[in-house]
Amino acid sequence: MDSALIPRGVKRCPFPQFILFVAIVGAVLLWGVYAMLLCWFKGLNQTNMNDAYGFALWIWADLAVIAVGGGAFFTGLLRYIFGKDDLKNIINYAVLIGFICYSSALLILAIDIGQPLRGWFIFWHANVHSMLTEVAFCLSCYFGVLTIEYIPLILENRQIDRVPFFHHLGHNMHETMAVFAATGAFLSFFHQGSLGGVAGVLFGRPFAFREGILIWPWTFFLFTWSAAACGPCFTILITKITETVTRKKLVKDSAIELLAKISGWMLLTYSIAKTADTWYWATVTAPSMGQTLMDFYSNNPLYGIWILILEIAICGFVPAFILITKKGRKNSLALWIAITLATIGVCINRWVMVLQVMAVPVLTFESWFMYFPSWQEIATTILPVAYGVILIAISYRYLPVFPNEPELNPMETLPAQETEKEEAVEPSVDLEQELKPAEA
Amino acid sequence: MKHKKAKKYGMVIDLDKCTGCGSCMVACMAENNVPFRKDESNKLLSITWMRVYKLTNGKPFPNTDICYLPRPCMHCEGQHEGHSPCVTVCPAIATDYNIETGIVSQIYTRCFGCRYCMASCPYHARYFNWWDPVWPDGMEKYLSPNVSPRMRGVVEKCSFCFHKYQLAKEKAFMKGRRELKEDEYQTACTQACPADAITFGDLNNPNHAVYRMAKPDPKHHGRPTNPHAFRLLERLGTNPKVYYLSSREWVRRAGDNYLENESIAKKPAHHE
Ligand code: SF4
Ligand code: SF4
Repeated sequence: MDSALIPRGVKRCPFPQFILFVAIVGAVLLWGVYAMLLCWFKGLNQTNMNDAYGFALWIWADLAVIAVGGGAFFTGLLRYIFGKDDLKNIINYAVLIGFICYSSALLILAIDIGQPLRGWFIFWHANVHSMLTEVAFCLSCYFGVLTIEYIPLILENRQIDRVPFFHHLGHNMHETMAVFAATGAFLSFFHQGSLGGVAGVLFGRPFAFREGILIWPWTFFLFTWSAAACGPCFTILITKITETVTRKKLVKDSAIELLAKISGWMLLTYSIAKTADTWYWATVTAPSMGQTLMDFYSNNPLYGIWILILEIAICGFVPAFILITKKGRKNSLALWIAITLATIGVCINRWVMVLQVMAVPVLTFESWFMYFPSWQEIATTILPVAYGVILIAISYRYLPVFPNEPELNPMETLPAQETEKEEAVEPSVDLEQELKPAEA
Repeated sequence: MKHKKAKKYGMVIDLDKCTGCGSCMVACMAENNVPFRKDESNKLLSITWMRVYKLTNGKPFPNTDICYLPRPCMHCEGQHEGHSPCVTVCPAIATDYNIETGIVSQIYTRCFGCRYCMASCPYHARYFNWWDPVWPDGMEKYLSPNVSPRMRGVVEKCSFCFHKYQLAKEKAFMKGRRELKEDEYQTACTQACPADAITFGDLNNPNHAVYRMAKPDPKHHGRPTNPHAFRLLERLGTNPKVYYLSSREWVRRAGDNYLENESIAKKPAHHE
């Protein structure tokens, strides 16, 4: 039915099956949209946030998707600036995942603010001293960059590519991609960092506050670092999930292994830095404010020292050691475990830096604040996931996201008839060029 | 024209006098058109610019002791003027530090409700309007015309009754004066307190009662030199303009976090 839109040389599931899948995920998406509309029209009283928990599930989701979306900028940096050519096989997907993550982040922010119609005040009345201002500017600009990086892939759709203008536009955009990759890396460094700064500058909250260099608290650097380390792990994780769902090999092992290795080293160095940061904070910063490490991890039903161990040791050092060893990367199960742990680790870190910050009492006569999100908050947090799944499904079906796919999954018979028909319509298009795997 | 020293309005609250009656809270709500709901049982959703906390020394009878502690916004000055926890983080400059008075303002029509300021304030002095205000029938007529009511989705907090400052200034101008007398500008809570526990005035003016009571040390960011005076969470470096007095050591100790064997002797802020 939609075969004319499907890239050449690849096989896709029957159209009804595809529609059924999209419809099921679409139902979840609609549920999220309903919750979103409730929040917009009835206000944030639809949530379980309160005056002690002004930052909650959404801000965590925001920080988490941006962290795991970091795979786009870091892979782009490695591919275009450091010339890691092997990564061309996964860069398209990294960009797509990044695009989904960042558009989700912007959507969540639009739901999260109390007066969404005034959202633009952050640009108009910008306070240059606020980390959140930096986040807003860099985030929006980087989303623009990701869109620019994603467009050439859309233009490679078989039908769109037949229009000479789009064909050339796509080609020219590819040529300039290094510039955007560099811009993206620069912007990402700052907004990943300033998201870390959001918590780190809170000198009224000893649990979050960190010293640093000039105006940048250590969390600024740690957030960028962890995003660069764990973002690619998430890209690999989603790639692996996609491969499992489609029951196909989509990206060459060499690309995955290279990315995994670099991630592994980033994760190891990050974990060491994070340990040092935690150590200094626990022994110097917090005690100078009259608090000990265990004050932050006791007398409450949830936050125990286990969360620190889980974040740094189990989801930091363990995956790092797996990924830096050749054996670990080559063993499918070990790789799965490592990338999953790394992704969980960065999400826990963001959780701790938002939710636990709000939970810890600072005034001596207050006690821990606990919170559980309302269904509206959960639905609006799942909304971007559903949206992401749908966008991936559509992109995978109609765009040459994985340039290696035809090579890795050779088809027995080409739909010869169809090719002939198309050639008759547009004889000027060079078939060979069309068949060339996409390179973003 | 002779350069006049900027004001630094602040408060001294004598906890030995406070009975916990809550008049300050009521006066504040009435004065500032603070909205309320039918069911206010969830205190984490109630807007209380001024909130009275109940502290206990945690000891069993007969050594039990309690203390009531009224908590307005501290109008933190930070380690350098205007470096309040909340002002520095607001991305839209919707909360601002007034250099002339030292008052931390909140611009309701500019605030877009990101709540970053709430996350930054260790005193929980900031409140979000989770609902649009609904006044009981006829009550709109009793709202103060000098304070704009707030809409859903924005943050609000104690303003040290800034509108009263503006009114007092206007009156003084009419009389040809530029300077306010101590009693011309007083907050609603100060005036309402039946126990006279709250004193309000200019912390930069040695003639004002607040100055004499707290004896702020300008060399150490206004740290009180009166041995009975303390500020909440002094060690964080927020530099609050609200001082508390208590003759009881456990109350003074409850004002800040200390390590187990640490003495309450004036600890420097971590930034120093
Ligand atoms: S008490 Fe809170 S709201 Fe008031 S100035 Fe200090 S940080 Fe800001
Ligand atoms: S909630 Fe309003 S006042 Fe607070 S930081 Fe955001 S914009 Fe500023």
